[in-house]
Amino acid sequence: MSFFENFGKYCLLVFRTFKQPGRNKFFREQFFRELEALGLGSIGIIAIISLFMGAVIAIQMAANIDNPLIPRETIGYATRESVFLEFSSTVVALILAGKVGSSIASEIGTMRVTEQIDALEIMGVNSASYLILPKITASLVINPVLTLMSMFLGIFGGYLACLLTGMLDAPSYLTGLLFEFRPFNVVYSIIKSIVFAFIITSISAYRGYYVEGGSREVGENSTKAVVKASIAILFWNLILTRILLL
Amino acid sequence: MIEIKGLYKRFADKDILTDVNLTFEEGKTNLIIGQSGSGKTVLMKCAVGLEIPSQGEILYSGRAFTHASLEEKMAIRKEIGMVFQGGALFDSMTVEENVAFPLRMFTDMAKSELEDRVNFCLNRVNLNQAHSKYPAEISGGMKKRVAIARAIALNPKYLFFDEPNSGLDPRTSLVIDALIQEITQEYKTVTIVNTHDMNSVLEIGDHIAFIFKGNVVWTGDSNSIIKAQVPEVRDFVFATPLMKKMFK
Ligand SMILES: Nc1ncnc2c1ncn2[C@@H]1O[C@H](COP(=O)(O)OP(=O)(O)OP(=O)(O)O)[C@@H](O)[C@H]1O
Ligand SMILES: [Mg+2]
Repeated sequence: MSFFENFGKYCLLVFRTFKQPGRNKFFREQFFRELEALGLGSIGIIAIISLFMGAVIAIQMAANIDNPLIPRETIGYATRESVFLEFSSTVVALILAGKVGSSIASEIGTMRVTEQIDALEIMGVNSASYLILPKITASLVINPVLTLMSMFLGIFGGYLACLLTGMLDAPSYLTGLLFEFRPFNVVYSIIKSIVFAFIITSISAYRGYYVEGGSREVGENSTKAVVKASIAILFWNLILTRILLL
Repeated sequence: MIEIKGLYKRFADKDILTDVNLTFEEGKTNLIIGQSGSGKTVLMKCAVGLEIPSQGEILYSGRAFTHASLEEKMAIRKEIGMVFQGGALFDSMTVEENVAFPLRMFTDMAKSELEDRVNFCLNRVNLNQAHSKYPAEISGGMKKRVAIARAIALNPKYLFFDEPNSGLDPRTSLVIDALIQEITQEYKTVTIVNTHDMNSVLEIGDHIAFIFKGNVVWTGDSNSIIKAQVPEVRDFVFATPLMKKMFK
């Protein structure tokens, strides 16, 4: 199928997901379940990665700044900029695309090939809305929270690295952190994380929803979901950065 | 009453169904029979709207279905119960939750009323011990019965069964057949059953349509099928040595 065909089909599915004819009495229940699955389930991996990446970024900065004219506080400043601008939104989104995207695509794909989606349709349930809406809304809510958490832990990781290696004292790291701090950068990251949340859940749901075949196709499509969602994230990262920062 | 008028279905360039015209009445068990690959499942999927017919119209008690809007289709579908070949139970829900699902989705029943209805439906299919089991933990025959319980939960007017007996032992098969017939007569449903099980044909075939390569080549009932003169039907009916011995 060509890109445009896929894109059209994807738009129709998203439209159907939000149109919701008839009520879904299970929505609240499902929403909180997804919040737990997509949110709590990802806290561990994001916490670990953020701590380590923050530490690594700080050490790399320290290693690269050997010019005496550049103040050592720059380590704190540069760590903050990398973490806030790019790492906590984009890199975290790419990790979530792998983790959450493949699980959504295979869950919905399995329901497709075992005719569970047909069974929903026959009952008169809008299967797209029933299956996809709770996932999208939950991830729109929880992704910014995960991103904020990742920012905090990234900065904290840098701080730990400074302390443990002795390359910089705590007050200087802090001075660097606060140097020319622009709150808008946090907003920018949050906006990105919301867009990426939508991309990850909707693309992987689309890949799962239209699986044809059996377990092999379910597997193939969840891989595709991760790849396509990652490419879309990189593309929209470029667009949003151009719009919001320049 | 369900009427199928001038139905065609094409996949790519291949004609799967050609000019199917059938009428199914209330309180009767209507069977669609034919060899594997003849188009039974495709016909059923067209009837309930899971496949879009290339041409033709389906009427539910006079209401046009095939070309209806999504909202109208959904309204009619709330009156449809369907049992899929593989059961199609929701695997993240227990047996009980599966049966309760349509009730919770479409009615405002109080908790006790809901429980009563779920128990009633599960009793109806003789399943009393599996309430809190998950589909992965029960046998194929039990899955079929849960699927039937779920399909009848909302008292549907139209019931579809795709191969309700495939993969079941002869005894369980008979139980399911009897159940289908009882429900049909008790609730005056329009019941349509896809099958290639000759036992079912002889037991519950009030009205039988024989499909061969996408064409309806014979219609009748369980008495007349033994005497049918159409060669394809004879081949099908007397395919087993047992049938040959019994009727020749
Ligand atoms: N989605 C599809 N795309 C293309 N061809 C299909 C599709 N679905 C079914 N067919 C073809 O339609 C024909 C009829 O299939 P169908 O599933 O209706 O047979 P059946 O009568 O139900 O057989 P069985 O008794 O084995 O279930 C087959 O030749 C099948 O290959
Ligand atoms: Mg079939």
